[in-house]
Parts: sequence; structure tokens; C-alpha cells
Amino acid sequence: MGYTLNFNLIWRHFDKLWGGLLLSLELAVISIAIGVVIGLVLAVWYVSAGRVVRGIIAAYVEFIRNVPLILLVYLVFYGLPTVIDVAYDAPTSFVLTLSIYSGAYLVEVFRSGLEAVPRGQLDAGKAIGLTPWQRLLHVRLPTMLRITLPALSNTFISLFKDTSIASVISVPELTFGAQWINFNTFRIVEVYLVTTAMYLVTGYTLLFGLRLVERRFRAAR
Amino acid sequence: MLSQILYAIPFLAQGFAITLWVSLLVVVLSLIAGVALGVGLVYGPAPLRWAVRIFSDTIRGIPILVLMFFVYYGLPAIGLHLQSFSAAVLALTLFKTAQVVEYLRGAVGSIPKGQSEAAMAIGLTFRQRLTYVIFPQAFRRFLPPWINGVTDAVKGSALVSLLGITDLMQAINQVIGRTYEAMPLYILGALIYFAVNYALSLASRRLERRFAFIRE
Repeated sequence: MGYTLNFNLIWRHFDKLWGGLLLSLELAVISIAIGVVIGLVLAVWYVSAGRVVRGIIAAYVEFIRNVPLILLVYLVFYGLPTVIDVAYDAPTSFVLTLSIYSGAYLVEVFRSGLEAVPRGQLDAGKAIGLTPWQRLLHVRLPTMLRITLPALSNTFISLFKDTSIASVISVPELTFGAQWINFNTFRIVEVYLVTTAMYLVTGYTLLFGLRLVERRFRAAR
Repeated sequence: MLSQILYAIPFLAQGFAITLWVSLLVVVLSLIAGVALGVGLVYGPAPLRWAVRIFSDTIRGIPILVLMFFVYYGLPAIGLHLQSFSAAVLALTLFKTAQVVEYLRGAVGSIPKGQSEAAMAIGLTFRQRLTYVIFPQAFRRFLPPWINGVTDAVKGSALVSLLGITDLMQAINQVIGRTYEAMPLYILGALIYFAVNYALSLASRRLERRFAFIRE
């Protein structure tokens, strides 16, 4: 049984894919931005906190990292509104979920980065009379960011790919657009070929850009 | 509410068994395929190395969900009919295989070149070099990330619910469809996944410590 590739229907509905890709990027950027804030705050808090706070932060990180994202997406979208009085649309719900999810991964990245900052740098900061706040802002965080950049880029790319899970709650991002074309035109092989190419080009462009940033800020050896 | 959940437990247990079965199949099949392709990537002739590199970078560059839909809906279109279970396992295995290839490349690449040269100098064949010299040393570096990746396989298996397979995730959704007790059931499901994966990650940490002595 032969199969002839025919991309005409894909191009006719290409706005579903292009708009989907833009929404995927938007979801990823907003969630990662919130996740970075969660990750930074909790990581800085973690390294200077007592046992109880450490225990709570570790519990958050371990719980989120060991549960499938799709379950968390369902839980926040279908579960939470049944117990607390909130109402949100699917994209908001997904951004909330992916922010909490990325926060857990980023706490780990930042925490290991903070612990890798050489002790001597902090002592040097103290010696020239910086306040604890200045030491954090001008010594600890910049050094930590340089150390964690490679791990950070990988996490960002992986979170961008995770936006495909938003399709399960009908957020019209790229994977949802692909499914729509799949079910409505039956040009199945074509639509997934194009979708794959779009994810690959976007993902590797992001990775390439982040690698350039890494090279620019590479930690001095 | 509680009685409804208790009533659903045998059904959830069946789903959980499917989750474990899918995960196990994916982990075992991807280990075999990944090690074979990984050896091809490190030692193979240039065309094979290129093919494996393209395979791995492509698969790892797209979401598992897209790969799964591609395999499930796409293969029948070109005349290859798979049941949804086989299609799901195939897609997850392809994804995991690409990761295993990278773990293997990293582990083998960390072995100093002198080891391989010394083995060649005493006249070992390629197969003997791998079996007696390279793999025993690379194994220690391969194991911790690989076990860590097993938790990804368990988490990834939840996606098979989207192809209508009644794994734990799908079983939970079906029970919610009957009882409308969304929150307790999702939390129960999260705790089950957590228990399995946390146990696995504790095991991987222990192994990491067990093999920590090799740090030069």
C-alpha cells in the first residue's frame, strides 16, 4: 500500500501550527520566568535555612520531580477548582502548573550552583567589607549563574518541550494544532513531519542561542 | 467518598500493574537497543555514527507526546498496523533508547584512551576489549544516570493513557469520571507515582555512593 505525501492541506491550516508554536513559546517563557523566581528564592533560602525550612523545600522538590507532569496538569486544571474557589482558563492553569514544575527543577539547579561557589570568594567579599546582601547580589549569584548556565539551558529546552502536555487540556499550542490537523485532514505523516521539524528548529535555535550566552559568560578558570 | 475510593482500589491496582509493565518493557528494550546503538556511535564506521547521531538528536529534540502520536497515528497510514499498546511502548522505547545512547557515550568516553590501547597491545580482540576492559569500568559511570532515567520512564508511561491504554493515569481518570472525586484521586495517584519514583531515586543515590570510590 503506497502512501503519497501531500502537504497542501498542511499549508492551508499552517496557522494552527504557527500560532501553536508561538503559544508554546509564550507558555514556556512565562512559566520559566516564574519558575526562575521560585527556584532562585527557594535555593538561596535553602542554603541558609534551618532544618525545618530545608525539609519543606526538599519535600516540594522531590514531590514535583517524582510525579508525571500530565498528572499535575490534570490535578491543577480539573482537581483544584473542586476544592478551592478558583476559576481559570486552561492556558492560565497550565502556566501555573509548569511554573510550579519548573520551579522544582530549577531549585535543584541553583542550589547545586550556589554550593559550588568557592568559599574564598565569599570570604574575599567579606574582607572588602560587603554586607551580606551585597555579597549575595554581587558575588554569590553572578558566580552561581556562570556555573549553572549549561544545566540551565538544558532545563529550559526540556521545559519548552514539556509545553506539548498542555494539549491534554486543549490549550491550542503546537501539539494541539498538530492533532487538530491530524483528525481533520488525515494528512497524518505530513503534519507530524512538519511539527517535528518545527520543534527541532525551535529547540536547537534556542539551544544555540543559550550556548552563545554560555560562551560569553563562561566561568573564568 | 472514602468508600467510593476503596471500591476503586482493585481497578486502580490493575492500572498500576499496566504502568509497571509498560515501564519495565521500555526500560529493558531501550537498554538493549541503546547499548547496541551507543557502541555503534562510539566505535562504528562514519555512516553508522552519523545515523545514530541524527537519530538521537532528533528523538531527544521533540516532545515524547509528538513522537507517540507520530508512531500511533502515522505508522498505520504507511501500512504498519500496531495495537495501541505496542505503539505506545515503541514510542517510549525510541525516546529512552536515545537517552541510553547518550549515557553510554558519556560513560565509555570517560575511560582513558590508554586502557583501550593497553588492551590492544596485549592482543585482545575488539569484543574482548569491550567485555573485559571498557565495559566493566564504564559500567560504574553508566549506572547512576541510567537508574535516574528509570524514573523518567515511569513518569513518561503516564502518557500512554492518551492512547486509551488503561494504565494508572487512565484508571484514575476513569474513576473520577464515575465518582466526581477529582482531587482525592489525583492526590492518591500522585502519591503512588511518587512512592515508586522516590524509591528508585533513593536506590540510584545509594548506588552513586557505592561507586563513589572511583572518583579520581
